[in-house]
Amino acid sequence: MDKRLPIEVRWHGRGGQGVVTASRILASAALKGGYYLQSLPDFGAERSGAPIAAYTRISETPPIDRGPVYEPDAVIVLDASLIGQVDVETGLVDDGTIIVNTANPDSPALRRLKLKPGQQLWTVDASKIAIELIKRNVPNTPILGVFARSVPVLDIDTMSQAIDELMSETFPPNIVEANLKALRLGHDQAQEIQAIEVEVSANA
Amino acid sequence: MTIVQNLGQKSESGIQLPAPQAINGGEAVAYAMGQIDPEVVAAYPITPQTFIIEKFSEYVADGTVNSEYINVESEHAAMSACVGATAAGGRSQTATSGPGLALMYEMLWVASGMRLPIVMHLCSRSFSAPLNILCDHSDVMGMRESSWPMLIGASPQEAYDQAVVMPTIAENKSVLLPVANVLDGFTVTHSVERVEVLPDEVVKEFAGEYEPDIWALQPGSTATFGTLDANDFYFEHKRQQVEAMKNSLEVVRTQLNAFGEISGRPMNLVEEYLLDDAEVALVVLGSSEGMVRAAIDQARKDGIKVGMLRIRLFRPFPVQDVRKALEGIGAVGVLDRAIAFGTPGNGLMQDLATSTRTMPDRPLLMDFVYGLGGRATPKQLFRQAIDQVVTMNESRVEPDEPAYLGLK
Repeated sequence: MDKRLPIEVRWHGRGGQGVVTASRILASAALKGGYYLQSLPDFGAERSGAPIAAYTRISETPPIDRGPVYEPDAVIVLDASLIGQVDVETGLVDDGTIIVNTANPDSPALRRLKLKPGQQLWTVDASKIAIELIKRNVPNTPILGVFARSVPVLDIDTMSQAIDELMSETFPPNIVEANLKALRLGHDQAQEIQAIEVEVSANA
Repeated sequence: MTIVQNLGQKSESGIQLPAPQAINGGEAVAYAMGQIDPEVVAAYPITPQTFIIEKFSEYVADGTVNSEYINVESEHAAMSACVGATAAGGRSQTATSGPGLALMYEMLWVASGMRLPIVMHLCSRSFSAPLNILCDHSDVMGMRESSWPMLIGASPQEAYDQAVVMPTIAENKSVLLPVANVLDGFTVTHSVERVEVLPDEVVKEFAGEYEPDIWALQPGSTATFGTLDANDFYFEHKRQQVEAMKNSLEVVRTQLNAFGEISGRPMNLVEEYLLDDAEVALVVLGSSEGMVRAAIDQARKDGIKVGMLRIRLFRPFPVQDVRKALEGIGAVGVLDRAIAFGTPGNGLMQDLATSTRTMPDRPLLMDFVYGLGGRATPKQLFRQAIDQVVTMNESRVEPDEPAYLGLK
């Protein structure tokens, strides 16, 4: 038994940012890792710009829960402007990880997160990486790089293979290549934010 | 098919297995359809069925299947096209959901009355109004009397497995009826999971060729279909359908067993969970079974002897299998994911009540309505049901009215 598993991930973003795709790539990476998996969009009408969610489960046995993830081990926020509008941190387990796409690790938005002492906060400017490399604000692949670094379940190479295979079905090679670079850059530029954890735990 | 990557894995029976896929229930069904490669697929897109026909029309566009794909103007036309294609001797399939099934309703009876072995994949969805695109079993209940054998799966894997088996049930000469492969809308259609697929040649061999004998509308055939049949023989034709439905039950059992031997994934008419020593039980259809099992595991830790019976073959209802499974159980909670307005019991409850009524020590029954229009189905919901069934088992009093789980 792998003690890190099962793991449940909840994704938050806005329609058009690739939330569902990212969840699916993570699930495909889990398959490559030899695990059972599940990727599920939050059910409802999807509109560009509207808050949406998706869920990923990775386990050593077939999934039995086909509903939303209520107590995630990891939360991934693709748009920091959702913080305060959506309770992104709700239910995050005591030693869980939250990853936020933001240009500013000191941003007031991050201070609004109600985190517990054992929870880890990671940030990356995934939008900047995406715009530079992919020429569009689809921050999902760089943030998968952060996930590979901060949640030690699937390594960056497995993730890279999953992106390559899944995206090659629909995108030209140059776009796939840009996404693979974005993944690595997200991994390398990710930073763990210590200050906020201390500050919030002092207030708690 | 190009998406199959042979990793050289070997199953116990020595068959070369393709790599497992990370695909959702809709794509899993399309995968099986692609392997079976029916002559005609006619469908109209509707959420949450769309994955099936999007994927299948990709196969058509890529030339990986030989099927004629007819993008019809409505579901009524979709089933009509399947009726025509199958009457002409071809294999045909369609897929739909909730309101689409409702629009198809007239043709469901035409297909079964003409004894045409069409395969439909039904992605269960609520009926409007108010508008709702999410899962419940209103559509499943809406077609249950139309003389279609119906199998209800619980996962993308089962949606695939059942899709492979369906034509062999429909085309069996003692059956010759259209059949429905039901997968829950969103919870199965949209759930990406690990799906073990079989090699194309294995599926093709299992599904065989459709060989209509006297039935086809082909040159030299003397058959005629669906003509006027007033008060002279209409009754007799319907009586024959009763026999065909009866025959289908053992055909389903045989075919599920045969498939299980090939795939290593056994499927039964009903699936049991911890029923052997159970004092109470829940009966369920479809993908909620996972959370029912989770609730049972939790209740067992608290010392409650509870089990689950999942009905896979919903039509024809497997009366003997259900009775056997529930023998010795004191009280049963029936989980209905649709309301049968104005009736003395909702759909599954009606089946359980009529199936168990002549058992010497029949279990007490209690009906629960849950999950309408996609309302969440966490394990706490089913734990509540278990606790209420335990109370009924102690009081030995059956309630007249259903309970509503998760109603605000």
